[in-house]
Amino acid sequence: MKEKDITVVNKMGLHARPAAMLVQTAAKFSSSIKILKDDFEVDSKSIMGVMTLAAGPGSTLKFTADGPDESEALSAIEKLFIAGFMED
Amino acid sequence: MPNNKKTDVVFKGVAASSGIAIGKVFLLEDDDFCLIQKEIPGNARQEELNRLDCAIEKTRSELEVTYGKINEVLGRNYAKIADVHLLILDDPSLKQDVVKFINEGVNAEFAVFKVINKIVASFENIDDEYFRERKHDIQDVGKKILSNLLGKRSRSLSNISGESIVVAHNLTPADTVTIRESMVKGFATDIGGKTSHTAIVAQGLEIPAVVGLKSISLHAVTGDVLIIDGNKGEVILNPAQETLAKYRSELALQSERRKDLEKLRYLPAQTVDGKTISLWGNIDNYNEIESVVKNGATGIGLYRTEFMYFNRTSMPSEDEHFENYSKVVRAMSPHAVIIRTIDIGGDKLAKLGLLNFGKEENPFMGLRAIRLCLKYPEIFICQLRGILRASVNGKIKLMYPMISGIEELRAANKILKKVKENLRKENVSFDENMEVGAMIEVPAAAIIMDAIAKEVNFVSIGTNDLIQYSLAVDRINENVANLYDPLHPAILRLIKKIIDEGHKAGIEVGMCGEMAGDPFYTPALVGLGLDDFSVSSAQIPKIKKVIRSVSYEDAKSAADQILTLGDRESILKVIEKIKITEI
Repeated sequence: MKEKDITVVNKMGLHARPAAMLVQTAAKFSSSIKILKDDFEVDSKSIMGVMTLAAGPGSTLKFTADGPDESEALSAIEKLFIAGFMED
Repeated sequence: MPNNKKTDVVFKGVAASSGIAIGKVFLLEDDDFCLIQKEIPGNARQEELNRLDCAIEKTRSELEVTYGKINEVLGRNYAKIADVHLLILDDPSLKQDVVKFINEGVNAEFAVFKVINKIVASFENIDDEYFRERKHDIQDVGKKILSNLLGKRSRSLSNISGESIVVAHNLTPADTVTIRESMVKGFATDIGGKTSHTAIVAQGLEIPAVVGLKSISLHAVTGDVLIIDGNKGEVILNPAQETLAKYRSELALQSERRKDLEKLRYLPAQTVDGKTISLWGNIDNYNEIESVVKNGATGIGLYRTEFMYFNRTSMPSEDEHFENYSKVVRAMSPHAVIIRTIDIGGDKLAKLGLLNFGKEENPFMGLRAIRLCLKYPEIFICQLRGILRASVNGKIKLMYPMISGIEELRAANKILKKVKENLRKENVSFDENMEVGAMIEVPAAAIIMDAIAKEVNFVSIGTNDLIQYSLAVDRINENVANLYDPLHPAILRLIKKIIDEGHKAGIEVGMCGEMAGDPFYTPALVGLGLDDFSVSSAQIPKIKKVIRSVSYEDAKSAADQILTLGDRESILKVIEKIKITEI
């Protein structure tokens, strides 16, 4: 099991488009990937879960991946965030 | 049925698309389901799970069909809505919970209903309005699954006739596709505003429509007679005979006028005393070219490129820019196309709820348009390269939006120069003489027009922003929207100043805001000396008709008089007196 804290840096936060990108990325991995924000945990492969996080810019999310490709999954997700979901 | 009463039942709403329509109501009702909780015995639960799978698969294929249709008819921007629905349908948490309930003995319908309600409730607790509103997407998907489970046809417009007027609480993008195919006469909805999806589609189809009627869908019944007055923003349900007769003759006049306008297509936009004015079209994408050309435009005065950025998961690439622009300029050749670099930010983004650059207190005055491009030059460079590369395929003019001072103009031009240098180094050809202009929509730019005119090849007045910034009126705010007035003497004087300073520097001055597209203002604008009008496709023949009916000399003396006046009433009187004689 691996954990990683990731901060939302893109200007719009996890709106529909970035949320969809996150879910589509997470779905590529077989590991279970959970997101924790302020004691509220959701499945990163669930678009509805990710949207209920209402994660605006500046919020910090704790990602926990568990499974055979947990490291790859976390680094792929982190890349998305660092790239600001290719917003700019 | 027309009633014999003396009084009409009039509903007031927002005029979304102009014109009169009279027809029979086709009421598009929201699905309401009668759901009963049933106990499913253990041996029948597998069957219940199979029903669920069937319903989900059916919903998927429906969504895919809708997606394809929307994509085909309205473009990718709209199709993204169906795409989000597919992601929701595939959401593992949805199915997991429904299956859990079914395994506990709950019937599939009620299990879906319970899970959807639970998810919707969790959205309702979100503070952020954007996220909270996503609950509608979830409800939509839930309804689709339920109607497939119940074997009920989801609401359908497929048996509608061309004589109908569609009345609904709201219309989804999928509904409007059907409307487009079935050629209904008009539509009326409870919700929506002037810039809502429904309104934009109606304008594009040139179908009269009134939205924001609050409760029309509760009062109208299929088969009722309904008059849509898209000019006044009213609908009249089961009108009295007298009213019906009045609107019938207005309708006849309307079709006469349409026929007249069609005849104008090949005639020049020329005043009775021979002054030729350029009449161009405003477009958002390639699909609109056909209609713009059909209506007789001799160029594109405003190609808004921000639509390329909406509803997508990645930035458009340089090649995409190049291909889009090439298609448009090839189709318009030999006429020119003014490509406006992106104006992302402000109302458009907020309305679409998509690319939202953080939470700006005042997005209209925030980071948008050229400001955004100068702050994030990589976005700008990518677009400029696409534009320059496309410039060999036709005639392109480049226009920067939201210029407020010379420094911005120079900074943008500096980037343009650098981009050109790089293209030359790469041996990529482009039009070395591509004209560069500025949109004049910030009052500051209008005031220093003399300085700006010396550094551009043309300007185009963006009246929507110019008016709202000059008068400090947010036109979306209904408390002050009545103060938004193109005839405010300050606006007319600013326009005059822009035109005069432009002419002094020997450049053409155009206008691409809504004021240019309203025939009422055309004589005054001709009189003020405007060279080019750029308007939405449907307005082209109407504006041409007015231009061909006024004398420049008359209009000019009226304009000179207007500029001495300080109040709206007196200005209005002079404008109404300008003589209109058709040629």
